[in-house]
Amino acid sequence: MAKSPEEEHPHKALGWAARDSSGVLSPFPFSRRENGDDDVTIKILYCGVCHSDLHSCKNEWGVSRYPLVPGNFMESESLALNAPGCVATHEIVGVVTKVGKAVMKFKVDDKVGVGVMISSCKKCDCCKQDLENYCPQMMLTYNSINHDGTKNYGGYSDMIVVDQHYVLRFPDNMPLDAGAPLLCAGITVYSPMMYYGMTEAGKHLGVAGLGGLGHVAVKIGKAMGLKVTVISTSPKKESEAINSLGADSFLVSTDPAKLKAATGTMDFIIDTVSAVHPLLPLLSLLKLNGKLITVGLPEKPLELPIFPLVLGRRLVGGSDIGGIKETQEMLDFCAKHNITADIELIKMDQINTAMERLARSDVRYRFVIDVGNSKL
Amino acid sequence: MGTVEEQKVQQKKAFGWAARDTSGFLSPFNFSRRATGEKDVTFKVVYCGICHSDLHMIKNEWGVSTYPLVPGHEIVGVVTEIGSKVEKFKVGDRVGVGCMVGSCRSCDSCANNLENYCPKMILTYGGTYYDGTTTYGGYSDIVVADEHFIVRIPDNLPLDAAAPLLCAGITVYSPLRYYGLDKPGMHVGVVGLGGLGHVAVKFAKAMGVKVTVISTSPNKKKEAIEHLGADSFLVSRNQDEMQAAMSTMDGIIDTVSAQHPLMPLMGLLKSHGKIVLLGVSEKPLELPVFPLLVGRKIVGGSAIGGMKETQEMINFAAKHNITADIEVIPIDYVNTAIERLVKADVRYRFVIDIANTMKSSSSS
Repeated sequence: MAKSPEEEHPHKALGWAARDSSGVLSPFPFSRRENGDDDVTIKILYCGVCHSDLHSCKNEWGVSRYPLVPGNFMESESLALNAPGCVATHEIVGVVTKVGKAVMKFKVDDKVGVGVMISSCKKCDCCKQDLENYCPQMMLTYNSINHDGTKNYGGYSDMIVVDQHYVLRFPDNMPLDAGAPLLCAGITVYSPMMYYGMTEAGKHLGVAGLGGLGHVAVKIGKAMGLKVTVISTSPKKESEAINSLGADSFLVSTDPAKLKAATGTMDFIIDTVSAVHPLLPLLSLLKLNGKLITVGLPEKPLELPIFPLVLGRRLVGGSDIGGIKETQEMLDFCAKHNITADIELIKMDQINTAMERLARSDVRYRFVIDVGNSKL
Repeated sequence: MGTVEEQKVQQKKAFGWAARDTSGFLSPFNFSRRATGEKDVTFKVVYCGICHSDLHMIKNEWGVSTYPLVPGHEIVGVVTEIGSKVEKFKVGDRVGVGCMVGSCRSCDSCANNLENYCPKMILTYGGTYYDGTTTYGGYSDIVVADEHFIVRIPDNLPLDAAAPLLCAGITVYSPLRYYGLDKPGMHVGVVGLGGLGHVAVKFAKAMGVKVTVISTSPNKKKEAIEHLGADSFLVSRNQDEMQAAMSTMDGIIDTVSAQHPLMPLMGLLKSHGKIVLLGVSEKPLELPVFPLLVGRKIVGGSAIGGMKETQEMINFAAKHNITADIEVIPIDYVNTAIERLVKADVRYRFVIDIANTMKSSSSS
């Protein structure tokens, strides 16, 4: 007989969870595991609301289990309907309240973060190369199932217990609330910039989509000395992109004349758009050997036109967060350059309204839940 | 047939076979080539390969063809005349011309030996040369080309079997190098076993790479393994075989030009794997985004290669005794050959024996 979420583990926890594919969240009592030798217990102070949370709570990727899902997005098994509750988010910031015997990296009261993953095999080639995010056994912070069959719940809750290896040290000068989104949005754009070589000052980066990911990409791109053009369907975002975020230029992607004028001008494009969208206009913006890196996850495949790839030796690549080492490197880079997300702070009981607004892209540019000051 | 100006500028009689309309039917065609300019090399064509692109162009399937069209961009022959400023070649040299005969020579691409990506690159046939004349390809008796766009064919390579390297060869060699799929011990898949695919197998093996051919035709297996040297063979419609090979390849060279699913191919790649698309389908392909992201995989394209790399490829082929597997045909078989090519009924390239079967235009 399966245990209820509250009974599964020794430590009572409170969270807010989606119960079904309506995605509406409500209070959800559950429990967290005992703090093992390698574990860190964290009192959660803030958590970011990532677009993935929206997709997961509404089961838009077809893999959500209510409560939650196995470690790999590619497994679409049937819904496990034992215990209701998808407790989302993976942009978690808080303070350490307990450390296990074998924990050397952290101590009580340290400010820490947890991102998109909480476990991996630690043995494969990917793990050994600090690429835990590509480990086939990588376990997501929420929407995953442990080897013991219990489910993992994310950061829309008061506390979390995580293996120290997957905990990030929060830089001292980084505000906890505005730094939280870096744990997913930040690493999601930083990692491909490093991997695909977008770090040479003077090169031209296009950022498609100006939301949670896009606005952080602009800031990091500028900090790396790149010329940055924001590519967006919304003309009204131009002033902010240039004046507030520091982008060098702004391109409305539905304006054929503007697109034509910018043909073949960009070395890279980071495509943060998570809905289905045409790739041809973006590919045409790339120079010879240009790279379009997609970090958004639309529910359906995209159409890939072949001529622009072949005739300009261009490529489309993917990227999925980053390893722990690189995530820490990204946090330190952002701290050094005073980069944080632009956020709107809310309380937990405003989460449903926030989700609705997020679905309409009505936020500049990330909601962050003030968990520490919310009544759960 | 050209303006009066064009006719004045051309000074050599030439003879070839041309398509006159979108039926693609080829027939004898008298035309002329320019006089040998100071940087030009004139050569007598000995053989010319039939590329799948010729098929697309003669029927105007890409919408860019003008008629009459003399196809052929896998051209080999012997130099008969050189211009006063030619430095690299002399009369009697064995040479070849591939897909291009001109470029701007001043842009970044040209400066980086990537003439193939120059926005003003001039195609060997169906293009417009600097002097405004139409370019005619290698299904003809002579060719005049700027020495920069000519490669030397080493003595140990037979001219007929070397001809297809000038397009098929460089088309697969360039991405093996650029995308880093040329390291000994790597595992590369080759999709499609035709003109491009069979040369890709040979090059990759010579680079020390383990090769798996991926094909829809089970009857190609024996030849792939025993004759071409592939290490293994996957029938792409066989779910069990494809499943067993999942996550085993560092890269895939995809030579298929028809629309086809990418998802199963992406599944064959290890994480950080790369698919290189060489075949050009007018319709877009479906790109599944999840596997791209969760494996940090890449889908890229490539188109022939620059002149420096084309010569490098020919030299590599000569060193490793790599040539294409060909069926030599007389020129008057060309229309039948084209029909067989449509059905992929050739192992693996037709090569026209120009020297022995095409009547020459002039005695001078």
